[in-house]
Amino acid sequence: MTSIMIDMFLLGLLVFIAVMILRTGKLFAVIVMSGGYSLTSAAIFVNLDAVDVAFTEAAVGAGISTVLFLAAMSFLPAEEKAASKSDSTFSRTLIASIVCVVAGGLLVFAALDLPAFGDPNAPAHMHVAPRYLEESGTLLHIPNVVTTVLASYRGFDTLGETIVVFTAGLGVLMLLAGATRTRRPDAAQSTAQSTATSTARGKAKKGAAK
Amino acid sequence: MKNNPVFRVAAKILFAPIILFGLYVQFHGDFGPGGGFQAGVIIAAAFILHGLVFGLDQGRRLVSARVNLWVMAIGVLIYGGVGVVSLFQGGLFLDYNALTGSVVSGQHIGIILVELGVGVTVTSVMLALFHAFAGFVEDHS
Repeated sequence: MTSIMIDMFLLGLLVFIAVMILRTGKLFAVIVMSGGYSLTSAAIFVNLDAVDVAFTEAAVGAGISTVLFLAAMSFLPAEEKAASKSDSTFSRTLIASIVCVVAGGLLVFAALDLPAFGDPNAPAHMHVAPRYLEESGTLLHIPNVVTTVLASYRGFDTLGETIVVFTAGLGVLMLLAGATRTRRPDAAQSTAQSTATSTARGKAKKGAAK
Repeated sequence: MKNNPVFRVAAKILFAPIILFGLYVQFHGDFGPGGGFQAGVIIAAAFILHGLVFGLDQGRRLVSARVNLWVMAIGVLIYGGVGVVSLFQGGLFLDYNALTGSVVSGQHIGIILVELGVGVTVTSVMLALFHAFAGFVEDHS
């Protein structure tokens, strides 16, 4: 009973934060409130006994991504650009709310078909999950089943995830840090020289064609 | 924030405990909540705190971009290397039982090494992202 009440309170808080994020135009406030949103979700995960997920959500969602967003915010103006006042604002809002209500209603309708929370006969708990739960403690002597599933039973997936993180880091470095490299005077000079020579060559070629 | 003594002292006091907590989360992942992903983010947070308080140049002096790029790749290589070693021990790729020949010790060693690889990669990628975003603004303004 208390668990349900805590859940209701946290869900209400999530909706409140989401509405506040929508209503404010200041990017700084939006970023800080998204951090609060992540922290509230982490609390919900704790209430659902998913401590590992909660830990990740608190560390990544509320911690690092807030800092990264703040660092990225300095690219942008502090205020959101005001929406252009046109005649279709009201009808656009109407269409958006209808779409939201219909999509949300469909999701709630679909959720009615889901098995109850923690139902041992749910399909997800019938396939390999019982084996993992039994083996992890007794056979492998690793009490945290999440870790055994993540690193051992599903080791290939985690290898893929690590490569995804690595690739994402490489991508950002190529986009952002690559731009800072040309800033060095000698490098900038050499590129300028190479472009100068290439244009000179191009001109020479053009001249030859003429 | 560089000249504020409160920030400087707080950052100096907090730096080591944050890394210690990250290492605890890293190597205690078998027994409690945590693992490579969370630990990597926590350890990166310590370095980001250092960079925020003492300035980006100091942070870059602590972990240079070149070293960080290599560390990023080393994490993935540790993970893949465990798989290759288990191949050479006669098992399948990422079959930790083949590492030592016994289920309990093989799985423990394999999981700790693999989580270490994840942690190393996540730490350096998070740090690289922070340096890239914060550094881009500082260099181009």
